[in-house]
Amino acid sequence: MEKILISGNEAIGEGAIQAGCFFYAGYPITPQNELTAYMAKRMPEEKRIFIQAESEISAINMVLGASACGFRAMTSSSSPGISLKQEGISYLAGCQLPAVIVNIMRAGPGLGNVFPAQSDYFQATKGGGHGDYHLIVLAPSSVQEAFDFMFWAFDLADKYRNPVMILGDGMLGQMMEPLIVQSSKFIVNRKKLRTTNYQLRTKRWALTGCKDRKPNIIRSFYLTQKELEENNLILQRKYKRIKEKEARWEEFNLKEPKIILVAYGTMARIAKGVIKKLKDKKIGLIRPITLWPFPEKIFKELTLKNKDLTFLVLEMSYGQMLEDVKLAVEGKAKVEFLGRAGGGIPTEEEIIKKLGN
Amino acid sequence: MNKVFTHPKSLRKIPTHYCPGCGHGIVHRLIAEVVDELKIREKTIAVAPVGCAVVAYNYWDFDCCESAHGRALAVATGIKRCLPKNIVFTYQGDGDLAAIGTNETIHSANRGENLTVIFINNAVYGMTGGQMAPTTLINQKTATTPLGREPSYHGWPLKISEILALLKGVFYVERTSLHSPQEVLKTKKAIKQAFLNQIENKGFSLVEILSPCPTYWGLKPKEALDWIRDVMSKEFPLGRIK
Repeated sequence: MEKILISGNEAIGEGAIQAGCFFYAGYPITPQNELTAYMAKRMPEEKRIFIQAESEISAINMVLGASACGFRAMTSSSSPGISLKQEGISYLAGCQLPAVIVNIMRAGPGLGNVFPAQSDYFQATKGGGHGDYHLIVLAPSSVQEAFDFMFWAFDLADKYRNPVMILGDGMLGQMMEPLIVQSSKFIVNRKKLRTTNYQLRTKRWALTGCKDRKPNIIRSFYLTQKELEENNLILQRKYKRIKEKEARWEEFNLKEPKIILVAYGTMARIAKGVIKKLKDKKIGLIRPITLWPFPEKIFKELTLKNKDLTFLVLEMSYGQMLEDVKLAVEGKAKVEFLGRAGGGIPTEEEIIKKLGN
Repeated sequence: MNKVFTHPKSLRKIPTHYCPGCGHGIVHRLIAEVVDELKIREKTIAVAPVGCAVVAYNYWDFDCCESAHGRALAVATGIKRCLPKNIVFTYQGDGDLAAIGTNETIHSANRGENLTVIFINNAVYGMTGGQMAPTTLINQKTATTPLGREPSYHGWPLKISEILALLKGVFYVERTSLHSPQEVLKTKKAIKQAFLNQIENKGFSLVEILSPCPTYWGLKPKEALDWIRDVMSKEFPLGRIK
């Protein structure tokens, strides 16, 4: 076991490399530049491919090409750049191609500024581009999670043949924290499953040249109504399976709750700080770890058990996850909100004031 | 008995959806013949465009990938970098390659990606109903230039092949035409060269093919071929550019 000090952006890069990412394409944008620079240095060391693309649009389409031939592929950007990638992400979803997309969110709309925000929640969880599709969205809240989630992200992407988004913010990307990297033996074992050879053997749909098999076609275009509807139903069934199986969340101080804070990523760390400070048994936290699928189950369970709950949703936005919380509690509990966006983060003091203490 | 002419193995035996007199079917076949002759069918990966040839993968009998409008060369870059031993080509129209995809075209060429590009120039957007393309000729009438292309308003026909030839990363550029059997044979030769260059790791190779679109030129198929010979090839001169 080794403990190193590293930024969130770099931890994401190293996690991706250890998870078997073979292809990375990126384009400069703050606050995720450390990740692109890290990949520029590390990918060639591992004899893998790094390309600085001419645009975010090209980067996501290069990733589509790499993924189409069976390789683990990734791109990263920040909010305005992620908007540009939406067309390509929609194609990845329609073609059922695995890929990992990292969004280190900054404040918007428009060019906004480079300070951290969580204002891309809708875009990430509701599809983002055109058509009926979903990404699997993972929200790390520490540098350690940023690293660990990369393995999980690539595995989920391959398992479901679906793009996965890592949704962090500028704070997580820039912040340096100790990271525990597992022993090299553990990594070697894990690596076996993640070698490109293993990947290619198991991806029979991949484009590798039609030697000893019928030609493969990767496409999202279905000319007739019937064909497209059939393909869309395949996607919908897949999303249903993901919803049933993959939702994850963290519970904190939920023994006898009256008020439950709901926050993810950086915001959840601040919420946890508040709870620790107040030492009040009646204030707990739910931290969604998968934003899509949203962990509706825990909200349903809690509102069923307790008729007198209040949820306080905390976001670095003006209320996006708030809508999913409202849908999950189905009017069976009070839902309140505190949020800021534009670079500011709700402080412990503001949250405590909102709690009426 | 020696067989001297047969259906290419790389071309499926199904009718195409193209209009009568369209050039796409000819070029699809030429590519299939070249792939067969070079014995590269089992390692070829095509990247299809958005445009009339969007379902080219239904006609070719080798691995194919779809790409968004204009993004074929970015997709091809991803494929070729991962699988450098495979043969990767894009098949793109004028709108795809020289309007919405100009950025991808110039930069993949400038990186010297070892790719083959088959560029169909028919001076219109066919699939969407015959709108002005970047290569539409001056005075040519289209759905979006009903009075003809007027340079002071719509700009001039874009000579993307000449622009690409200026780039250090580009190894080979040739412009050919489909207006006569001789020109079709020259086109096949150029396509073969562009594939050979990739096999020999020479770098970015592009063949621009002047191709008839009788439907949106408002001409009969034979007139469309004559128009290429008499008008279009004056604006887009044939021959090796680089």
